[in-house]
Amino acid sequence: MPVPFPFSAIVGQEEMKLALLIGAVDSRIGGVLVFGDRGTGKSTAIRALAALLPKMRVVADCRYGCDPEAEVGVLCAECRVRHNGTPFKTKQVPVPVVDLPLGATEDRVIGALDLEMALTRGEKAFEPGLLARAHRGFLYIDEVNLLEDHLVDALLDVAASGENLVEREGLSVRHPARFVLIGSGNPEEGELRPQLLDRFGLSVEVRTPQDLATRVQVVRLRDEFERNPEAFTEKWKRKDAKVRKRITDAQALLPAIEVPDHTLEQASRLCMALGTDGLRGELTLIRAARALAALDGDTSVGVPHLRKLAAPALRHRLRRDPLDESGSTARVDRVVQELFPA
Amino acid sequence: MMASASDRSPQPPRPGPGSGGPPQPARPDPWEDAALIAALFAVDPAGLGGVCLRALPGPVRDQWLADTRELLPPETPRRKIPLHVSDGRLLGGLDLTATLRAGRPVAEHGLFAEAHGGVLELAMAERVRGSPVSYLCSALDTGEVVLERDGIALRSPARVGVIALDEGSNEDEQVADALLDRLAFLIDLSPIAVREMGDVPYSVADVTAARGRLSEVSISADQVNAICETALALGIPSLRTSLHTMRAARVAAALDGDLVVTDAQVSLAARLVMAPRATMLPYAPPESEPEPPPPEPPPPDQEGESETNQEQRQDPLADQVLDATKAAIPTDLLDRLRLGQLRRAKVRSTGKSGQVQQANMRGRPAGVRRGDLRPGDRLNLIETLRAAAPWQRVRRAERERGQTQTQMTATGTPGGATRARPRTLPVPNLAPRVEVRKDDFRIQRYKHRSETTAIFIVDASGSSALHRLGEAKGAVELLLADCYVRRDRVALVAFRGKTAELLLPPTRSLVRTKRCLADLPGGGGTPLASGIEAGLALADAVKRRGGTPLLVLLTDGRGNVARNGQGGRAQAGEEALTCARLVRAAGVAAMVVDTSPHPHPQAKALAEAMDATYMPLPHADAGRLNAAVKAKAGL
Repeated sequence: MPVPFPFSAIVGQEEMKLALLIGAVDSRIGGVLVFGDRGTGKSTAIRALAALLPKMRVVADCRYGCDPEAEVGVLCAECRVRHNGTPFKTKQVPVPVVDLPLGATEDRVIGALDLEMALTRGEKAFEPGLLARAHRGFLYIDEVNLLEDHLVDALLDVAASGENLVEREGLSVRHPARFVLIGSGNPEEGELRPQLLDRFGLSVEVRTPQDLATRVQVVRLRDEFERNPEAFTEKWKRKDAKVRKRITDAQALLPAIEVPDHTLEQASRLCMALGTDGLRGELTLIRAARALAALDGDTSVGVPHLRKLAAPALRHRLRRDPLDESGSTARVDRVVQELFPA
Repeated sequence: MMASASDRSPQPPRPGPGSGGPPQPARPDPWEDAALIAALFAVDPAGLGGVCLRALPGPVRDQWLADTRELLPPETPRRKIPLHVSDGRLLGGLDLTATLRAGRPVAEHGLFAEAHGGVLELAMAERVRGSPVSYLCSALDTGEVVLERDGIALRSPARVGVIALDEGSNEDEQVADALLDRLAFLIDLSPIAVREMGDVPYSVADVTAARGRLSEVSISADQVNAICETALALGIPSLRTSLHTMRAARVAAALDGDLVVTDAQVSLAARLVMAPRATMLPYAPPESEPEPPPPEPPPPDQEGESETNQEQRQDPLADQVLDATKAAIPTDLLDRLRLGQLRRAKVRSTGKSGQVQQANMRGRPAGVRRGDLRPGDRLNLIETLRAAAPWQRVRRAERERGQTQTQMTATGTPGGATRARPRTLPVPNLAPRVEVRKDDFRIQRYKHRSETTAIFIVDASGSSALHRLGEAKGAVELLLADCYVRRDRVALVAFRGKTAELLLPPTRSLVRTKRCLADLPGGGGTPLASGIEAGLALADAVKRRGGTPLLVLLTDGRGNVARNGQGGRAQAGEEALTCARLVRAAGVAAMVVDTSPHPHPQAKALAEAMDATYMPLPHADAGRLNAAVKAKAGL
């Protein structure tokens, strides 16, 4: 398997990196959408994140990677049987980052009849799909805007319920599938359906850097990496370890973080001023702000956190106005400036 | 080693035998460049991504391909991807024959994995769209193929270089942008005559030696700087191009036997990689400043930007690289840029076979049908097995009987006396566990909704007041906002002055719509016939792709420019009516919106000739127009 580019060696693209870190700290954020120009390091950043994440503890022999500390209600059927008062046998595994390739068929995504078992032993067994593999981790869809509609429907359903229900080929299987959707794409090649857009907690826009210094740095680092991936990764190992520690510290700190009433009010005012549909935007904004506070080592969420996350949490939830020439980022920024003058 | 790569910087073309044409000083010889690219590519196919080779099939292209093959070490795998390749063949997947024989899923490697470490040739690259392009891009990015299909999960290395054979005969057909971005070199062989071809000044030995040297070649910070600066000055936004240039410079050094990249090699790489991708000329006078491509800032900033670029550039090396690159920029850059915009507008069709295949492969699964497995069909394995299941006992018995007979013939013991013996033979070990016959094949069917494309043909001439144009723009945007939820599409053709222009190709993208509409100018004559003709051509293309076109013509009906660009009301009117009758003949649904202040008989006559709905809208506003179109399209 090729060595991934180190996360800490990615130049610029701060908003994208922050959004990915927030997703790593709190998986309930609801996914990250990365939209932008070609050759801006979208895929690189996501693959780099995979290599960076701290390991997680799972029930040994569980096909779905159940969390040993989870309540019985969210365990898979097999672990419920195993769960008989005694503690589970556990093991540590890397957090899964599962690629959903563009050509993936529905049976591989949601799971299907295990053909080998069916053909060799005549047994009806379930073979878990990508959704099962992504449980407690990340599901990465490159070119999410080009994904086939029926797959998108299946994904939406599971992402919303945290559970994959398979009723096909005479099988009836239910297993937990909680994952952070990470989608990337180029809006020039097609837009995302609004229903799917709304599912993503955060949406970031990436652009090609236009200043010479940044471009030179990107090109040089990339070249150094390509010439000797191992040595390069070794060189950035300590910086990557720092980022990993930041994530683990934040995960530990997260439950203790307070959200004062004043901050909640400000978030509501912001969403009302922007006219975002539904409560999802507000919830995501607060949740992401908590994760940001945890990453920064703060104990309570304040307006600066909201300011920083207003655009990624809300820009894709604005009602479309085709006659408004300014983009949604500009609209969010305008309202943020009005409400929370610096 | 003979001549060094960097010696081949711009120089007068070699006087070929019998060439009496005017000399072109300082323009590099195209064949020499092409030969050089072949050598560079052969040294590092995967690192450089590949070559887009624009040429019709012919001796020049064959020669180039043969030369490239000669340069690659003999054991290098080479595969060719045909047009309409199936996903399974490309990526790998279930080997159906082997699966049925073995009684368990057997995976087969696809073309990507087979070509690992070598070269993939993409035939008719200009027609390849959609999923094969994204697979190629992802293989080029990651160097591996990840397979998740047909119950198989497989990961195989696939470091390949791509030769995209672009046979586009005009600017309308070009290789997908996403793929072009990942290939280092673009070569146009079409202007090269057979007699201008020479030899490639390198051999396999040179290439192998260069491969060994490549990882040790170093490039200085100043040189990287110069490359990035040149990319900015030429308006090349993608960072991949800068990376490719740097890589090409290092490969050129390795090929020359150097371990440190020289400035001449940097200039050479910049010339070969960047020149065909330039989107602006650094010192061009403002009036000929080209329209920037989408990722660029809007035109008003452009002038200022190129000035700042000019000021920033104090580095003599950057100047040198830029000059070398500029010398190789095609002279028709400005024309090509204009065409480049038009090109997006044209709809490409892969002909009838593509359409059928698409109908077979796309959309929601909608049941199965029984039948032969033809290319492009997808077998529904579960349903096939289910169909085969009830017959297993019968077929097994049949087969056992058949085998017994064969054995008996083989051992030469005819007669019915040995009838009881076969029961003791251990037959099933050799036999397939499941016997599937042709009758059992079940093909997956997909439901594919035919999408509506509303084509707006807008009169942007002086006679149509400018605010009508504004309203048409508004209507397109409103309709698009509605359409993209339903995945329907909108296109925009405008006509003014002497010709019609396709401003917006069929799209659902709000981003692109806004960009195209913002640039729509008004004023000039009324080439009505050209407008209808362009709209009809687009409608035809939409139909061939399986969509349903709807023409919406916004005009006052008073054409005054004929199709040849000449003025003259009579001829223009006659031609407009002829084109309108073509619309009726093509059976395309249409409506004519009369935008003149008072309803006009000419527009009405036009509508009748087209068999179109006529709507006098003396004060057409965006909202009403949108409502009317929706009603007509039955949306």
